[in-house]
Amino acid sequence: MAVIKKFSAVKKIQKHLLGIQNLSIKEANLILDEAKNFISLNRSASKKLDLLRGKTQINLFFEPSTRTQSSFDLAGKRLGADVMTMNVTNSSLKKGETILDTAMSLNAMHPDIIVIRHQDSGAPNLLSQKVNCAVINAGDGLREHPTQALLDALTIINRKGKIEGLKIAICGDILHSRVARSNIYLLNMLGGEVNVIAPKTLMPNSIEKLGVKTYTNMKEGLKSCDIVMMLRLQNERMKGSFLPSKREYYEYFGLTPEKLKFAKKDALLMHPGPTNRGVEIDTKLADDINVSLIKEQVELGVAVRMACLKLYCK
Amino acid sequence: MKEKYFINARIIDPSQNLDVNGGLIVNEKGKIKAIGKNVGKGNIPSKADKIDLKGKVLIPGIIDMKVFIGEPGFEYKENFRSLSESALSGGVTSVVSMPNTSPVIDNVSMVDFIVRRGRDKSNINIFPSATLTRNMDGKLMTEFGLLSKRGIIGFTDAIKTVQNSEIMSRIMNYASELDVLVMQHPEDYELSKNRCINEGEISTRLGLQGIPYIAEKIIVERDLSLLEEYPCRYHISQLSSAKSVEVIKKYKNNNLKFSSGVSINNLSLNENDIGDFKTFLKISPPLRKEEDRKALIQGIKNDLIDVIVSDHKPEDEESKRLPFAQAAEGSIGIETLLSLCLELYHNNSLPLKKIIETITYNPAKILKIDKGTLKVGKDADLCIFDLDQPWKVDVSKLKSKSKNAATENRNLQGKVLMTYLKGEQAFSLQ
Repeated sequence: MAVIKKFSAVKKIQKHLLGIQNLSIKEANLILDEAKNFISLNRSASKKLDLLRGKTQINLFFEPSTRTQSSFDLAGKRLGADVMTMNVTNSSLKKGETILDTAMSLNAMHPDIIVIRHQDSGAPNLLSQKVNCAVINAGDGLREHPTQALLDALTIINRKGKIEGLKIAICGDILHSRVARSNIYLLNMLGGEVNVIAPKTLMPNSIEKLGVKTYTNMKEGLKSCDIVMMLRLQNERMKGSFLPSKREYYEYFGLTPEKLKFAKKDALLMHPGPTNRGVEIDTKLADDINVSLIKEQVELGVAVRMACLKLYCK
Repeated sequence: MKEKYFINARIIDPSQNLDVNGGLIVNEKGKIKAIGKNVGKGNIPSKADKIDLKGKVLIPGIIDMKVFIGEPGFEYKENFRSLSESALSGGVTSVVSMPNTSPVIDNVSMVDFIVRRGRDKSNINIFPSATLTRNMDGKLMTEFGLLSKRGIIGFTDAIKTVQNSEIMSRIMNYASELDVLVMQHPEDYELSKNRCINEGEISTRLGLQGIPYIAEKIIVERDLSLLEEYPCRYHISQLSSAKSVEVIKKYKNNNLKFSSGVSINNLSLNENDIGDFKTFLKISPPLRKEEDRKALIQGIKNDLIDVIVSDHKPEDEESKRLPFAQAAEGSIGIETLLSLCLELYHNNSLPLKKIIETITYNPAKILKIDKGTLKVGKDADLCIFDLDQPWKVDVSKLKSKSKNAATENRNLQGKVLMTYLKGEQAFSLQ
């Protein structure tokens, strides 16, 4: 029975989830398929599983986060793992400890999986080289936020049945957005067509090489789009003057019911949150259950993270 | 010391426009006595040392115009002893040391210290530079006259740029009177703040803030405009982009006198080599596109860029084992300088004589020093290398105290065999 043994040893998935860039289509679909199973579980009365019983999950957050952190927290607990969350924003770092020092001391506690968010791009990659367990990137600098892209994809699939052939507009502060980058990679990989819309000062250099069409005008960029993904204007990253004012930004790039009409009639609205109402999105639009998928994104986020924890936790 | 006869050598000396198979004699005082095709053909006196080079290449000892040593303040990264050992194994016999030590070299007593340490602890020629401005803060110029008298070869803020145009104009104006060398690292801080690699597709993919080429170009243009008003001995330490080379061309066509350099890193690597956040490739100026690399090579070919430097910058593990944005800039490279230069010959990028010129004769001319030549009567600082010997850059075998080599594990062709300082053997590959 050597043959069967050999087959079971074939790796279904890589050791770490560092970014969509490192993911194959097979792996992405595996995660999405796995996540679908958890959607109904999360809606049922008894949500607890014991898939990860005895496993230790450490959430290592160097940057403040509410929804991603709680989503990972809940996902781990629902799978039966022991979850510990560490906010390193104001403790060790101020004492001069580097990320690797922190990693080494955590590693000594034998975690099975580390979920990390860090303000520096590439920090999860560095961490993954030094620890023995799986590492999941929960957002690094301006680079990637893979689980957000996966949950966005799952939300779209859940509503539209597929991604292939859909036209998706990503609009807003692309320059400072890891969510935009991960989404571009994943949506392209799954056969979607991506438009990015931003003022020139918030458009990253050579972004078109990632396989997107760029627009600086909502009317053209939203034309015949199935999904409109709005991004938050990241004030905390605004080092320097990118825009004259929030008011002017809203005038040209804020999503209003009028501007949404440029997209397809049945276009749906997404936002990774937290939203700045009145800056990038009209407040009524954000709450409109007929077009807004914002709540669903949060809901499916837990399912996607459960899938990731299950698949990557060895 | 006995007389030495180097025979059967391929001698390349751009200062004499020489590329011949012949010999070279070093007298008892370590000076070059004779050089040429027929040297060593006749009888060699029995009391003299005969060194048969069997067709290997002999060039003047290499001059590296940009080297960070680490003394004082960073001895754990590099000191004079380790630096001179690594220099000699790379065929380098003279270096210009950078002044951004701790404390910085900006006053007479620090210069005395560095000159003394350089003399006592190293066996290569150390030509120390001092800072352009006190404490490298870009505000007050240092005492160019007094420092020069104490043995300073030139003035530079090393890794920093004088941002204020008024101060820069005064520096140039004042320096012209004293005929001192001003070396600028061209970088506009507002355009490069918090950024670490070339701005482009790679920076977008890696999520790192990119330094646009214009950050360099704008300072090059400003300084050359100022130089037209205040002609002085002006040198641009390092260029990294094609656009800067265009600016250089424009001003050289207007007969403006100045010189410029480029790091071997920017000639051997490009931004794609950074791969998955390799911090050893975080350098300043940053690695740019392949087109930029090619333009820099073309710049050397067209005499727009005069020197190649190693930009040897030792950094310890703690400074490099960090997320990319936090990691220190710089790479060691003094030991691999010649071999990487020879790579440009082997891949048909540059003619051999041109390469040798950029690391011997040209720096000597810019620095106004009696080195980088094999003319009769000069010090016999020699570098002898095998043009073809293959080797692999194994950082554990490099002699530098720090191991941050951007070209780690690279396969190279061409290796230094022997280095002589004033006629004495200072290094031999064995």
